[in-house]
Amino acid sequence: MGSLALKNITKSFGQVDVIKGVDLQVQDGEFVIFVGPSGCGKSTLLRIIAGLEDASGGSVEIDGSEVSSTPPSKRGIAMVFQTYALYPHLTVRDNMSLGLKQAKHPAAHIAERVDFASKMLSLEPYLDRRPAELSGGQRQRVAIGRAVVRKPKLFLFDEPLSNLDAALRVNTRLEIARLHRELGATMVYVTHDQTEAMTLADRIVVLNGGKIEQVGTPMELYNDPANLFVAGFIGSPQMNFIEASHLSRGDARTIGIRPEHISLVPSGGDISGRVSHIEHLGADTNVYLDCGAAGLICARLFGEQNFEIDSTVHAKFDDNRVFRFDDQGQAIRQTS
Amino acid sequence: MSTARHSPVRSIAAHAVLATYTIIALFPVFVIVINAFKSRKAIFRTPLELPNADTFSLVGFETVLKQGDFLLYFQNSFIVTVVSLFMVLLFGAMAAFALAEYRFKGNSLMGLYLALGIMIPIRLGTVAILQMMAASGLVNTLTSLILVYTAQGLPLAVFILSEFMRQVSDDLKNAGRIDGLSEYRIFFRLVLPLVRPAMATVAVFTMIPIWNDLWFPLILAPAEATKTITLGAQVFIGQFVTNWNAVLAALSLAILPVLILYLIFSRQLIRGITSGAVK
Repeated sequence: MGSLALKNITKSFGQVDVIKGVDLQVQDGEFVIFVGPSGCGKSTLLRIIAGLEDASGGSVEIDGSEVSSTPPSKRGIAMVFQTYALYPHLTVRDNMSLGLKQAKHPAAHIAERVDFASKMLSLEPYLDRRPAELSGGQRQRVAIGRAVVRKPKLFLFDEPLSNLDAALRVNTRLEIARLHRELGATMVYVTHDQTEAMTLADRIVVLNGGKIEQVGTPMELYNDPANLFVAGFIGSPQMNFIEASHLSRGDARTIGIRPEHISLVPSGGDISGRVSHIEHLGADTNVYLDCGAAGLICARLFGEQNFEIDSTVHAKFDDNRVFRFDDQGQAIRQTS
Repeated sequence: MSTARHSPVRSIAAHAVLATYTIIALFPVFVIVINAFKSRKAIFRTPLELPNADTFSLVGFETVLKQGDFLLYFQNSFIVTVVSLFMVLLFGAMAAFALAEYRFKGNSLMGLYLALGIMIPIRLGTVAILQMMAASGLVNTLTSLILVYTAQGLPLAVFILSEFMRQVSDDLKNAGRIDGLSEYRIFFRLVLPLVRPAMATVAVFTMIPIWNDLWFPLILAPAEATKTITLGAQVFIGQFVTNWNAVLAALSLAILPVLILYLIFSRQLIRGITSGAVK
C-alpha cells in the first residue's frame, strides 16, 4: 500500500550541499523517524519526499513508481506541519475536506471520510469552528485529521509536536502511535527530539550533515551504535566519552559508557573524580564527576542518592556496556 | 499602560509634541475648509475667522456645481485613482509573491530593479513618457494616466509587499500545495488575506499622490473630457482674476473622496504599520 524508496538523493542550495547521497528503503506500514541535529537535512529530505522541494539528484519511489516529476497533490501523501498550517479562513470541516474537494471526490464520500477522521481524533464538537477558536493541541489534531481524511499511502510528519507544551506533547505522541496502529499506514516522521524517536519508531534514521549515520530499531541504536555521533545522539543524559589513554583499557581511541551503566563505589573502579554537581530528578540522580584530564563524567544512579560536593568517588563501568571507538570514531564491535 | 514606566510629565510632554504636530499639519486644510464657506470679502478681510452669520456664503460651491463639468472631473479623478490603485495592488502583490516565494536566478537583482523606482522620481521621464503616449495615441485619455500611475506606484508596492509575504508561513503554502491548490489559488485565497494590512498600507500610500497629482494630468490629459479634479480646480485660477471662493470650495470637495477611502483602509493601515514592531 505504501512503500518508499530513496535512491542516492542529493540536494544543494547554490554551493551548499545539504543532502549528500541518501539511500533508504521504507517498508509498507513501517513507522520511520528521521532524527538529527538542526541543519542535518532531515526536513529537506522530507520535503523532497513530499515533492515540495526538487532533489538535485537521485530518485524517489512511492509504491514502486518513480514520482520525481509528480506534483505533491498526486503523490498519494499527506503531511502534518510543525506550525499546523491550517487554512485560517476555513472551518475545521472545510480544512479537512479541501484536499478531497480539489481531487473532485463526491460530497457523500467526503462527508464519510471527515466523519471517520473526526471520530478517530474526537474532533466532532469542533467541526464548525475556525482554527483561531481552537487551542494548540486541538489545531494539531485537526492537522492530523486533514491528513487522515486523504487516506494517503504515506504520512509525512514534520516535527508535529515541537509547538506543543510538554503535557500535550505526550498526549499527542500517544495519539500518533494509536493512529499508526489503527491505520497501519506507512509513516515518515521528522524530529530532533530523541524521546519521540525512541518511543514511536519502528526504525530510526540518524542523519548528520546530510548523510545517514545509522539506520536501525531504537534498541539497536541504543545497544549497538555504529559510531561516536550516534552513540552521543541517542540516550539522555548523553553517553560519556573518555580518551582510552586515561583508562587502563587499550585497543581503542575512545571509550564510551552511558551514565546509567556507571556505578559509584567507595574504592577501586575504573576512574576516580571529584563530585562537581548533583541533579536530583526523583526517580534518578545524576552525579557529575570532574575527572581532571579525562573530563566531566555523568553517572545516573537509581533513586535518591546523596554525595558531598567536592568529595572524591570512584566510578565503576559495567564491562558489558562499554563501547569502544577507533581513530575514525567508528565503533569497534565485540568479536566474541 | 503601567504607571511604573510612565510618568505623567513625560506623557504630557509626548502628547504636547504630537498635538502640536497635528495642529501644524491640519491647519492649512482647516483654513481651506472654513474659507470655502465664506464670502469673497470675508476671505480677504478675516481669513482666519470662522464663518458667522454675516460672512457665511455658499457662493463658491454654487459656482463649482453650476460649472457643469465639475462632476465629470470628479469622475475622472475617481476612475484614474481606483483603477490605478487596483492595478498597483494586483501586479505589485503578484510580483512580490514571486520574489518572496520562488527561488530563481537573478531573484534579488530583480527585486532591486523593481524597487529602484522608489529612489528615481517618475517625473524625470516626463518627456519620454509624453513621446510614448503621443506615439501610441494615448494623449488625452484616462488610460495614459492610469498607466503612468500604475508604474509610479509599483516600486513601493513590490518593496513593502514582498517583505510582508516573506513572513507568511511556508507551511501554510505547502499545505495548500499538498491539497492540490494551484499557485494562483494559494496566492489569492491563502496569502492575500494574510497580508491585507500591508495591502491597506500600500493602498493609502499609493492613492494619495495619485489623487493629488497635477503634473501628469496637465501634461498628458489636459482636454476638457479628461481633466481631473486637481486640474479642474485650476480653471478658477485666472491670470488676472482668481475666483477664490470657487477654488477653495473645489479643493474642499476634493478632500472628501480621498478621506472616505482613507477611512475604509485606516483600520487595516494601523495594523500594517505597527505589525512589524509589536507582533
